[in-house]
Amino acid sequence: MNAENVIEVKQVSFAYGDVPVLEKVDLEVPEGEFLGIVGPNAGGKSTLLKLLLGLLQPQQGEIRIFGQPPVKARRFMGYVPQYPAFARDFPVTVEQVVLMGRLGTGRLVGGYSRRDHRIAARVMAEAEIADLARRRIDQLSGGQLQRVLVARALACEPRILLLDEPTANIDMRVENELFDLLRQLNERMTILVVSHDIAFISGYVHRVACLNRTLVCHRTEEIDAQAIKELYGGEVRMVHHHYH
Amino acid sequence: MNLLSDYSFLQTAFIAGLLASIGCGVMGSYVVVKRIGYMAGGISHSVLGGMGAALFFGFSPLGGALAAALLAALLIGWIKLRWQAQEDTLIGAVWAVGMSIGVIFIARTPGYSTDLLSYLFGNILLVSREQLWQILVLDLLVIGLVLAFYRQFLAVSFDEEFARLRGIPVTFFYLLFLCLVALTVVLLVQVVGLILVIALLTLPAAIAGHHVQTLGRMMALASLLGMLFTTAGIALSYFWDLPSSPVIILVAGLAYLLSAVFSEWRHQRRAVAAAG
Repeated sequence: MNAENVIEVKQVSFAYGDVPVLEKVDLEVPEGEFLGIVGPNAGGKSTLLKLLLGLLQPQQGEIRIFGQPPVKARRFMGYVPQYPAFARDFPVTVEQVVLMGRLGTGRLVGGYSRRDHRIAARVMAEAEIADLARRRIDQLSGGQLQRVLVARALACEPRILLLDEPTANIDMRVENELFDLLRQLNERMTILVVSHDIAFISGYVHRVACLNRTLVCHRTEEIDAQAIKELYGGEVRMVHHHYH
Repeated sequence: MNLLSDYSFLQTAFIAGLLASIGCGVMGSYVVVKRIGYMAGGISHSVLGGMGAALFFGFSPLGGALAAALLAALLIGWIKLRWQAQEDTLIGAVWAVGMSIGVIFIARTPGYSTDLLSYLFGNILLVSREQLWQILVLDLLVIGLVLAFYRQFLAVSFDEEFARLRGIPVTFFYLLFLCLVALTVVLLVQVVGLILVIALLTLPAAIAGHHVQTLGRMMALASLLGMLFTTAGIALSYFWDLPSSPVIILVAGLAYLLSAVFSEWRHQRRAVAAAG
């Protein structure tokens, strides 16, 4: 494989039962890229992320992350899910959630190491939630919870950060703050962000992959935000595809 | 008059209550936050099948109870992992089938049929010294495993998908977790009987959940509350000459009601304070 590509997806197809979700998708992501994946709902965006993480297996084709199958490369990836998979009223503090990013490292039995606590403190400071460390998660706003999920992913010390609709549950101002944080993080890691909002993310990402069962990539210079808005109207945030 | 030295059975009962409360507080907290009370109910009722079979074949009822509880836990866990959609139907089936097997075996065992009530509702005043040791060993096993794998259990019960992404063997820890619930259920069956287990497993933990921030503190507070309820229940049942298990459960139920009302009142007062 090309040594510079951290992610290589070759001719990958996936279906839930009889419903095809992805068809012959090809994607190469070089190290250090900030890639946006956009497309309509049910276009296969979340499915693609789950395939990259090894939570789903492709029916056809091959995925390599750092030259390895996804399951083996999981420890290099940090994942921020669209919907938290946990109950919001679970009695757990912000710090405990972030520390879970340290799981799978260190010893099997007993508590977290001092190094784990150091790393958790560092990523909480980076995500600007250090002052919330001892707060229970049901006392957080949507934007604060989003930062907790980002910090948990960062605690894995990932080389690739995958985010699924990170701005779905937060307002515009918080959205900007979050992407400013991602831009900083991109200086040291590859980032893939799934969004339905191409107008917004094209101001941040290097390249946009449009996914609606099949995948087409554009450089951001090719599709500036204004052109898309004019083409589809400000309110319509669906992406149709033009095959060149 | 010194009650405790006059009645060594009462002393044993108090110790049994204290010991059982520890396991009950620890695992009960998981059961409450994971909302698997129904699953724990299925496991506890299926225990009767094992106890009945053990009586019929002449083994120790505790051995039978342990085997049945672990079997039910693994069966329910496996079913949940394979066919999530039918989980509640199958728990109900394990629940009823286990009890039916137990009732039939007990009916066929000469001379034991009158003991059915004491399995269903327990009698903490009849706990023997030997049973105290058994409860202690089960307690130590549950607490030892929970302490050793606290991070993994927390992660798996909080967010299974993320735990799997971090390389935690989720299936293994999920089944181990259900086995610990099964052990705790067996431990509690000796104290309050298998029908009332579910109340003692969930009520102290649910009360604790009203007042603390983390799962660890919830476990500690739930254990203390369990100790308070069993001790108060045994004492009241002794003075009023009532069966102990229902009194313990009523004490716990009343405390839960008061705690729920209080925490709701506190919640509204804070909301008003925040708004004003």
